[in-house]
Amino acid sequence: MRAIEITGLSKEYAVGFWKKQRRPALKSLNLTVEAGETFGFLGPNGAGKTTTLKLLMGIIFPTAGSATILGRDASDPEVKRKIGFLPEQPYFYDYLSAPELLDYYARLSGVSAAARKQRIGELLEQVGLSDVGNKQLRKFSKGMLQRVGIAQAIIHDPEVIFLDEPMSGLDPVGRHEVRELIQGLKDAGKTIFFSTHILSDAEALCDRVAVIHKGELRGVGVVNDFHSAVAEQTEVIWLGASAVAAVTGLLTESHITGETVRVTVPSANLDRLLETLRQQRARLISVAPIHGTLEDYFLARTREEQKEAVR
Amino acid sequence: MTSRLSAITWNTFREAVRDRILYNLVFFVLLLVASAPLFSQISIGLERLMLVNVGLSSISLIGVVITILVGIGLVSKEIEKKTLYTILSRPVRRWEFIAGKYLGLLLTLVVNAALMTVGFYVALLIFVGSLKRADAGLLVAIYFILLQFMIMVAITLLFSTFSTPVFSAIFAFALFVIGAFGEDLKNFATLSHGITKWLALAAAYIMPNFASLNVIARVAHDERVSMQLVAFNTIYALLYSLAVVTAAVMIFERRNLK
Amino acid sequence: MKGQRTVTMLGCVLVVALFAGSILSRRQVEKIRGNQATLEDTLYLPSGKTVKRLSLGYSSLLADVYWTRAVQYFGLRHIVGARRYDLLYPLLDITTDLDPHLIVAYETGSIFLSQKQPDGAGQPDKAVALVEKGIRENPAYWRLYFTLGFIHYVDRKDYKAAQQAFQKGSEVPGALPWMKIMAARLAEKAYDPTTATYLWKTIFETTHDASVKDTAAKHLISLRADAEMDELERRTQAYYQRFKAYPEEWSELVRAGLLRGVPMDPNGVPYKLRLDGTVQVEDPKQFPYLERHGTK
Repeated sequence: MRAIEITGLSKEYAVGFWKKQRRPALKSLNLTVEAGETFGFLGPNGAGKTTTLKLLMGIIFPTAGSATILGRDASDPEVKRKIGFLPEQPYFYDYLSAPELLDYYARLSGVSAAARKQRIGELLEQVGLSDVGNKQLRKFSKGMLQRVGIAQAIIHDPEVIFLDEPMSGLDPVGRHEVRELIQGLKDAGKTIFFSTHILSDAEALCDRVAVIHKGELRGVGVVNDFHSAVAEQTEVIWLGASAVAAVTGLLTESHITGETVRVTVPSANLDRLLETLRQQRARLISVAPIHGTLEDYFLARTREEQKEAVR
Repeated sequence: MTSRLSAITWNTFREAVRDRILYNLVFFVLLLVASAPLFSQISIGLERLMLVNVGLSSISLIGVVITILVGIGLVSKEIEKKTLYTILSRPVRRWEFIAGKYLGLLLTLVVNAALMTVGFYVALLIFVGSLKRADAGLLVAIYFILLQFMIMVAITLLFSTFSTPVFSAIFAFALFVIGAFGEDLKNFATLSHGITKWLALAAAYIMPNFASLNVIARVAHDERVSMQLVAFNTIYALLYSLAVVTAAVMIFERRNLK
Repeated sequence: MKGQRTVTMLGCVLVVALFAGSILSRRQVEKIRGNQATLEDTLYLPSGKTVKRLSLGYSSLLADVYWTRAVQYFGLRHIVGARRYDLLYPLLDITTDLDPHLIVAYETGSIFLSQKQPDGAGQPDKAVALVEKGIRENPAYWRLYFTLGFIHYVDRKDYKAAQQAFQKGSEVPGALPWMKIMAARLAEKAYDPTTATYLWKTIFETTHDASVKDTAAKHLISLRADAEMDELERRTQAYYQRFKAYPEEWSELVRAGLLRGVPMDPNGVPYKLRLDGTVQVEDPKQFPYLERHGTK
């Protein structure tokens, strides 16, 4: 079964003083996400990522189109028992403590009283907040709030989890931990839909990604496909600036800092370069093939202004 | 559904308590204690009368102030702060949210009024010396004050669904004052002619009528309030509040949030 | 999305229905309480001074509210079946306690009180009390003495008190000279229709209240009719002196040279000549305040 199916979803805002002008935030989005997939929704700021998520959650209403989640209309309240949502930079009731908040949300999601007690303890442990006790949320740091956010998104053991910029505002340790959590959910077979503009995260976690720009879908691709592309270029780093002269003709580009030289060379020229460096007694530091990256794909898709027929 | 509804109701109550709303009770007690000696200055021999008038009027007014202060943010605050995002992503219906907020604030007011009533009777006991049978009649006045709260909460909630806190406060307060003169407004309408009459009558009936819900002067003089009046006032408050809350639900159901 | 519209319609219908229901209940409540319930609460209020203290500085605003209520209470007297006036004085008393300088409450309110029913409450003594309170609180406002004098003269028929009122009023600095003239006239004669006419004319010209103006107009035409009929009866007497019989028609008086034409009352309707020489108006309902030529 398709976990998420979006058909022709559009959102226009009426702007201007007399509310006469129309500003499109999302233009006819068509997208599917299979069960168990980790799907990345990429785009620059203002591209329409959060708008899409708000439409799916029923926070705003579409101007056209529809969406289904787990086979039912996304606006069906019952389907929300099986989904979890972490909004961008979430704000929670600051007068509650973490256990109280989780209990409240779990109750709203239909978790039974017995199950709640157990789950809350487990979950706080899982997100690394087991020692917050009854401290009110207004005293939490940003990282701690983000963790509470993830906890509330999964407290009712949903099948599909929506995350909006889950790493935003976190320090490297925090980001690492969140990544681990998402990986854990992925391993447990959950469907994860997360929007971000940090490509390295998407690259590490996602099975497939979609790129959205200015309200339009620009491309959908499988992450592995980027990696399997044959490396066209290789990056070589060595010590020994004097050797550069001998190999200039082979290079695509070069950077020299003191004695350290870093160059990019077409893979075809690699053997000859290495041979020459050996002759020149340069000290090799690293040789790394450069794969096609998600970044290239992303930049290419967001740079093009014309529309593409995309799936 | 009831589980969700009661969860939201209880959480709204909890929020009010943690926002230290109930500290107003301290103010109320201080007010009674401080003003009692003044009563004998104002009119000798009428201490009980004054205490009843001031006490019951304070319960009413303080309750309305709380209603407005808390009510204007009931919905607008959740939209502003985006705390609604994680609520609406759950199986909560939008109408359940509104109903839960309404009941939560009403619960807060009822608890507050109950505590104030206890304090009031204690004050009565202290300053007058003993309680009479007729003092039970004062409870009718308090019941009517609760009916008044029912309507005021509904009104502030309605404004909160579409207006900013400042305007909600202004409109709600205005409606409270207009409602207090509800009977005068209706009488004015009765004396007019032609188009003015119909417009004024329409306005008078659309506005809430708090004049009929104010029996403070009467119970202060130990006048009995008929059961008929209690019944019809109850029905009035119920239907009016329900109409306003339904309107609030309809507005909220259609609203694109931020 | 199609179902959306039906739901909206149903919702609107529901709101309207609930509202209508609430209005029906409210009307029941009003029926039980009576139209004047809020006003009746006035009787329960502690003294006006207490109310003033409790009004926290908004006393003049509250005074305006009570004055408006008094006017409405008075205005409703034709609509509310039983013509009770017992709340009028308490309302005016509270009004003037809240704002002792609300002159209109004294001036117009006292006339509401003093007039005979159904034009007024028929409580001239209370009216006097109210005006005297007004004079105490506003000693420089000499026109209140006029009101006082008026009430004594017209409603209480206490001509001496009326004369004293005008006299005192004329002594207030800034009083217009006609106050002195009035005092003098009253010293000369007790009741005099000219004086009464003059008083009512002043009221008619100076009042802002529509019902008072109306009452004044009615008194003025009655006074005029009375005066005219007095004169007509003098002429019929003259006829009798001459012809030893009363005229049967106006034309006889015209032929006798005692009249120039058929006499008309202030409404343009000919006066009625009776066989015993007395004169009356054709339609007494138009002249409710005739003092000497009313039908018995």
